[in-house]
Amino acid sequence: MSELLKIDGLTKAYPGVVANDDVSFEIAEGEVHALLGENGAGKSTLVKMIYGLVKPDSGQMTLGGAPYHPAEPKAARASGVAMVFQHFSLFDALTVAENITLGMENAPHRRELSERIREVSNAYKLPLDPNRIIGDLSVGERQRVEIIRCLLQNPKLLIMDEPTSVLTPQEVEVLFETLHTLSDEGTAILYISHKLEEIKTLCDHATILRHGQVVGECVPKEQTARKMAEMMVGASLHTPVKKNLHPGEVILNVQGLSLASKNPFGTTLKDINVTVRAGEVLGIGGVAGNGQDELLLALSGETASPRQMVQVNGVDVGDLNPNERRELGLLTAPEERLGHAAAPDMTLTENAMLTGNIRQRLSSNGFLRWNAARGFAKAIIEQFDVRTPSSENTARSLSGGNLQKFVIGREVLQDPTVLVVNQPTWGVDAAAAADIRQALMDLAEGGAAVVIISQDLDELREVSDRLAILNEGQLTKPAETADLSMDDIGLMMGGHMGDGSDNTTQEAAHV
Amino acid sequence: MFRLEARPQPSKLWIGISPILAVLATMVAGGFLFAALGKDPFISIRMIFWDPLFGEFASYYRGQLLTKAGPLILIALGLSIGFRAGIWNIGAEGQYIMGALCGAAIGLAMYPLDAWYIFPLMVLGGALGGWAWAMIPAILRNRFGTNEILVSLMLVYVAEKILAAAALGLLKNPEGRGFPGSRNLANWASSANPDLIAGTGMHWGVVAAFIAVIGSYVLMQRHLIGFQINLTGQSPRAAMFAGVVPAKVVAFTLGLSGALAGLAGLFEVTGPAGQISIDFGSGYGFTAIIVAFLGRLNPFGILLAGLLLALTYIGGNVAEQEGLPAAAIQAFQGMLLFFLLAFDLLSNFRIRLAHSSVSKKEAV
Repeated sequence: MSELLKIDGLTKAYPGVVANDDVSFEIAEGEVHALLGENGAGKSTLVKMIYGLVKPDSGQMTLGGAPYHPAEPKAARASGVAMVFQHFSLFDALTVAENITLGMENAPHRRELSERIREVSNAYKLPLDPNRIIGDLSVGERQRVEIIRCLLQNPKLLIMDEPTSVLTPQEVEVLFETLHTLSDEGTAILYISHKLEEIKTLCDHATILRHGQVVGECVPKEQTARKMAEMMVGASLHTPVKKNLHPGEVILNVQGLSLASKNPFGTTLKDINVTVRAGEVLGIGGVAGNGQDELLLALSGETASPRQMVQVNGVDVGDLNPNERRELGLLTAPEERLGHAAAPDMTLTENAMLTGNIRQRLSSNGFLRWNAARGFAKAIIEQFDVRTPSSENTARSLSGGNLQKFVIGREVLQDPTVLVVNQPTWGVDAAAAADIRQALMDLAEGGAAVVIISQDLDELREVSDRLAILNEGQLTKPAETADLSMDDIGLMMGGHMGDGSDNTTQEAAHV
Repeated sequence: MFRLEARPQPSKLWIGISPILAVLATMVAGGFLFAALGKDPFISIRMIFWDPLFGEFASYYRGQLLTKAGPLILIALGLSIGFRAGIWNIGAEGQYIMGALCGAAIGLAMYPLDAWYIFPLMVLGGALGGWAWAMIPAILRNRFGTNEILVSLMLVYVAEKILAAAALGLLKNPEGRGFPGSRNLANWASSANPDLIAGTGMHWGVVAAFIAVIGSYVLMQRHLIGFQINLTGQSPRAAMFAGVVPAKVVAFTLGLSGALAGLAGLFEVTGPAGQISIDFGSGYGFTAIIVAFLGRLNPFGILLAGLLLALTYIGGNVAEQEGLPAAAIQAFQGMLLFFLLAFDLLSNFRIRLAHSSVSKKEAV
């Protein structure tokens, strides 16, 4: 195989941080090359430079032997470099073909384009109807749109940023088949991920970044996942320890919860039945957009339901507002840190006040006790190792992982009876993620009922006692996590309702 | 070429100095405007900013300062609380008029009774009138999702029509020999709102403005309602998560700003204006928008900004007597808001040269 892209000494500095420091590596034609690293290691900056979105401060790139310095993504695409982003840029209200046309220079006629979309999608086993509306597609299908958009340009190098974070295990297999086909045809793939097992199965070669520098290279098939993780983190990892628990009384009881989404592209919750006992961690898996946000809103009280549909300690809370639920010990941490769980431009003290007011008694007669709020914020910062100069810094100024530790810590320290978290470790580095998982498990051990909604199946298998899957607004019957294989979970995610096919109308009381 | 780059945190320095830069830039641009009108720019600027305070007739103008600043501050405080929540009440002028009309109507209904409780009742009526007028956009927004900017603005023109009708009909002075306009409220002891200390311009409306400065500081900094208002403006979804009901914030902030504007109107009609007349609306409700932003939506900033804008009103009168058109002063006030918003950009963004080298970038 001959060399396709050569990166030599790329450096990019932002005020206060060197995102990439003298990064060099090579990708051969047809090679699947992994770029490994924690959040903030500099992977995104590096691929943005390759894709022409960011201009390097110094360093050279050559593509197929010729100097390569794309000034903008258009130039990168013209040179045969394409990229599938982690966050899709698709318009929900337009069709597949219309979306693809929007991203193209010299788009062909609609009919001709639809024909080509069909051709490419069949050739690479990515079935897709050009006339469907994006809003109706699953996340996996949306990703196909982005991939096909790239493949229509016959790229020499395809960059994929965390492509599997939104897919079911079965969809991942389909994607990998497509990538193998591409690689056999000579297309090089630069694959960004922190999921080590899939890198082991897919990639020929890996470059590992830490703090903007290349800290190692390896052939993933010859390494253990643990070894690669330690190279990524630069320290030995501790895995959260799970103790054998004896769950107590039923604390959270969700009975036939059905709710229409307020958002036209949202998911309607259909007859959700589940109970969580004291001392238990319930994991809720499933691909994003299958009702996770709606379920969290229904539990937090941001959307009200008929009162008996949600019960805490036998008390009907379905029609209570968020603060009334907090009073009863039902606390939540939504997925979106900035703008939902925390107000971006407010200080950490103000953000501590945001949910802490009720249980921490941070106000009296409506007058705010700012000193008490500051004390609470400082307690969170200290106990959850939040790295910030002070409690008076804005939420926005914190890194994703630090803010997530603050958001989770804020709820955990309020001594909840029930804690529901959505995506607790999304975009959080491995060390912080381990701390957060440990804190959630400790909380359950202390007698709280904990619900973790996550798309990270490895995480759910690690921390949850029982696991259920949310699929198109329906929740499967929870099963003991230990009894489930990855294949079982995959089938549940694909719409099969767990063990036995006839339990769409499960008995609510089943535990 | 230049390009803008978002700052990680808003710059405290720029937030502080942008009002001052805006005033200076307005003086420069205003100077060009006056020069284009054939006036000496330096003399014109001096006439607006210096003469009212330190010129030949300063002793007369100084009293005017508080009289003009009082309603501006009172209205701007109410607006600023709504603006913090992202609720844009642009119709304070209408609420000011309706407050004055309601309060005046209550007083005139009891004419010529001599009783201590008439003025307090009129004050209450003024606040209620402004509140009710502001509740129209609030209810329409909460029930039907209308845009409060458009509705409140349109209601200004409705209020002006009602004002004209009242001045020509319902509230017309029966002893006024057919001239439009109500009885003079300032000349009737039960409803008069005179200077508390003669010649200072310090009437009850100015006292109310000072109390409102303290009150809104406490509300916004120390009280849960203020926190919820701030939160709604910063991040509506986080506010819902914190248990805030958006409809209540809309009703509270619009209602409060309407009530304060109504109060300002009542104090004006019983004091400096003296009567309901067709041209009672003086633009305070619109100028107060500039005051609110120039004061950084901060109560003490609004106090200072109110005094500054009052100065341009008085200075404008001086300049008008010297032959500058009244419209030039309005353009001048508009420029102030324009420059303020322009400089405000720099508190959230920094300007960079697009094609500079690494070392240059580090120096910005």
